[in-house]
Amino acid sequence: MKFISKFSSRTVVMPTTDIDTDQIIPARFLTTTSKEGLGRYVFHDLRFNADGSEKQNFVLNTPAAQGCGILVGGHNFGCGSSREHAPWALLDYGIRAVVSTAIADIFKTNSLKNGLIPVVVDQVTHETLLQNPGMELTIDLEARSLTLANGRSVEFPVGGFARYCLLAGIDQLGYLQQHLNSIARFEESRSWTP
Amino acid sequence: MNQRKTLFDKVWNDHIVVAETADTPAVLYIDLHIIHEVTTPQAFSVLRDHKLPVRRPDLVLATLDHSTPTTPVSTFKDLAVVSEGALNQISQMEKNCAEFGIDLLGFDSANRGIVHVIGPELGATQPGKTIVCGDSHTSTHGAFGALAFGIGTTEVGHVLATQSLLQRKPKTFAINVDGTLPAGVTAKDLILAIIGMIGVDGGTGHVIEYRGDAITALDMEARMTICNMSIEAGARAGMIAPDATTYEYLNGLPRAPQADEWDAAVSRWRELCTDEGARFDKAITISATDLQPMVTFGTNPGMVVGINDAVPDNLSDPSFRKALDYMQIEVGKPMTGYDIDIVFIGSCTNSRLSDLQQAADVVAGRKIADGVRMLVVPGSQQIKKAAEDLGLDKIFMQAGAEWRESGCSMCIGMNGDTAGKGQLTVSTSNRNFEGRQGVGARTILASPMTAAASAIAGKVADPREYL
Ligand code: SF4
Repeated sequence: MKFISKFSSRTVVMPTTDIDTDQIIPARFLTTTSKEGLGRYVFHDLRFNADGSEKQNFVLNTPAAQGCGILVGGHNFGCGSSREHAPWALLDYGIRAVVSTAIADIFKTNSLKNGLIPVVVDQVTHETLLQNPGMELTIDLEARSLTLANGRSVEFPVGGFARYCLLAGIDQLGYLQQHLNSIARFEESRSWTP
Repeated sequence: MNQRKTLFDKVWNDHIVVAETADTPAVLYIDLHIIHEVTTPQAFSVLRDHKLPVRRPDLVLATLDHSTPTTPVSTFKDLAVVSEGALNQISQMEKNCAEFGIDLLGFDSANRGIVHVIGPELGATQPGKTIVCGDSHTSTHGAFGALAFGIGTTEVGHVLATQSLLQRKPKTFAINVDGTLPAGVTAKDLILAIIGMIGVDGGTGHVIEYRGDAITALDMEARMTICNMSIEAGARAGMIAPDATTYEYLNGLPRAPQADEWDAAVSRWRELCTDEGARFDKAITISATDLQPMVTFGTNPGMVVGINDAVPDNLSDPSFRKALDYMQIEVGKPMTGYDIDIVFIGSCTNSRLSDLQQAADVVAGRKIADGVRMLVVPGSQQIKKAAEDLGLDKIFMQAGAEWRESGCSMCIGMNGDTAGKGQLTVSTSNRNFEGRQGVGARTILASPMTAAASAIAGKVADPREYL
């Protein structure tokens, strides 16, 4: 995966609070052994009718939402399960960043491991974004900044290490492996064994 | 400097391989890694791509639960797996475990069951351990004073390869529960009440420690129910300090410390309590004494109400309205007025022997209401057998319920056990999210007693009328 640290895109807005991972990708689509191609299941039951046709009024199906790479969600986005399929599906669909006032812990960790940027913003900024769907935003991971269409910039918190790994193209597994000697020493020095 | 530590601090400190710095997270050692068929295939692929072995196959506990069928069968060869995908996932798991030297508690194992049921049941879950699994309800194991949390598939790969994880230290949150739970009110009602109080994001970024008289009075199975749902409050993990109840539960279990190791383990475990005067980042105190059976009315576990109370009004919040629309529930009326279609007793929240016993006590000698389907799915094959030894299977079947093989079943609806569109289910599981139990399915979370009483009544019912 080639990670691009700074990009601009329009927003698609889903103001509902507590958008959970079962909505992002329903469990019955988790019977896969690969990470690929999950985009077609993203928000499946909100997007499609039982006969497979698109639900006209669901925001992702509207013409304005096509090509939008930034999803603005309601408070507490991504709560629920630990399924990494949620960020995999969003990325595969073309979403590159998720913006909310709060993003659930495991979802955030999973997202950063895959290059989906979780952007937590203050309420005022969030309100502006909710009220202006389709706004063109610029997200700069290196600068930790989100820039609105009017030029106003806000900083967002993002774990320094996860950010560094993404920017430098460092694989976290490789980083952990560099510590294998310490891990072995730790195992030997313990007063008890699991 | 404050030397007094919380239970969490002690377990955390004991597992630091490399300390965290401003720039880098800690390398945290993992004592027990539980894996299942759904969140691991992509992690094994990474190992294969990098030509890496599993570092400590002896610290991995593997089973099949999520997409496995629970339909009763005479031999496991007859199992009807729901889809090609599920079947592929199961055979992948068998192949991965064989190739990487991991012992799999598979279809033919008497110890198979839901990940968070078998860890404790086998004695693999122990105080002071760090435990992870690619499933958010790993918080269950915190009931033993372990630090246990759910991880994603990338992290499953990290643990398989290095037995370690990169972690930032979370904050701590003390929830003190005073008083005593009244009759007919269970641990499930308590945790639902707590989530209703602090909200589904109330624990975000924190590890909760449940403390106080009402908590120490609980048996291990009830403590697991509490810790299980910590994630529904957004918490990283939930913990309860180990005590005599914990040691008694573990003593003699196959994977618990044996004979001469036992005493040393218990004296180590005795240290695992929060020191007097240690500081938490956040704390609340509630009383258990006034609680009543709780049921959810919306589409997250925080939308919860006392069984006889009117569904509250919060119609200025569009998400609240959307949830009630989906549930077809009206404000101002109690939940007891709604007819139900299905009752599900099961899941890692409430599928242990005491849960089944409580439900059986309610249905014994009674019949399930016409038109209601009731599924009872034990959490493990061991529990299934223990329940059958007590005759609980007969009690359920005589009442008209279905008695199943163990697995996740209708908790997640991946194995073919689902509710239909619009059907209303009273479920002892942990998530009432839209579509969790099937497309368009509506879920009410409740205790095993409330679920069983509802099956008899044919509508949401107060279990205290059936005691
Ligand atoms: S019973 Fe439900 S919550 Fe528990 S492990 Fe299975 S799917 Fe996850």
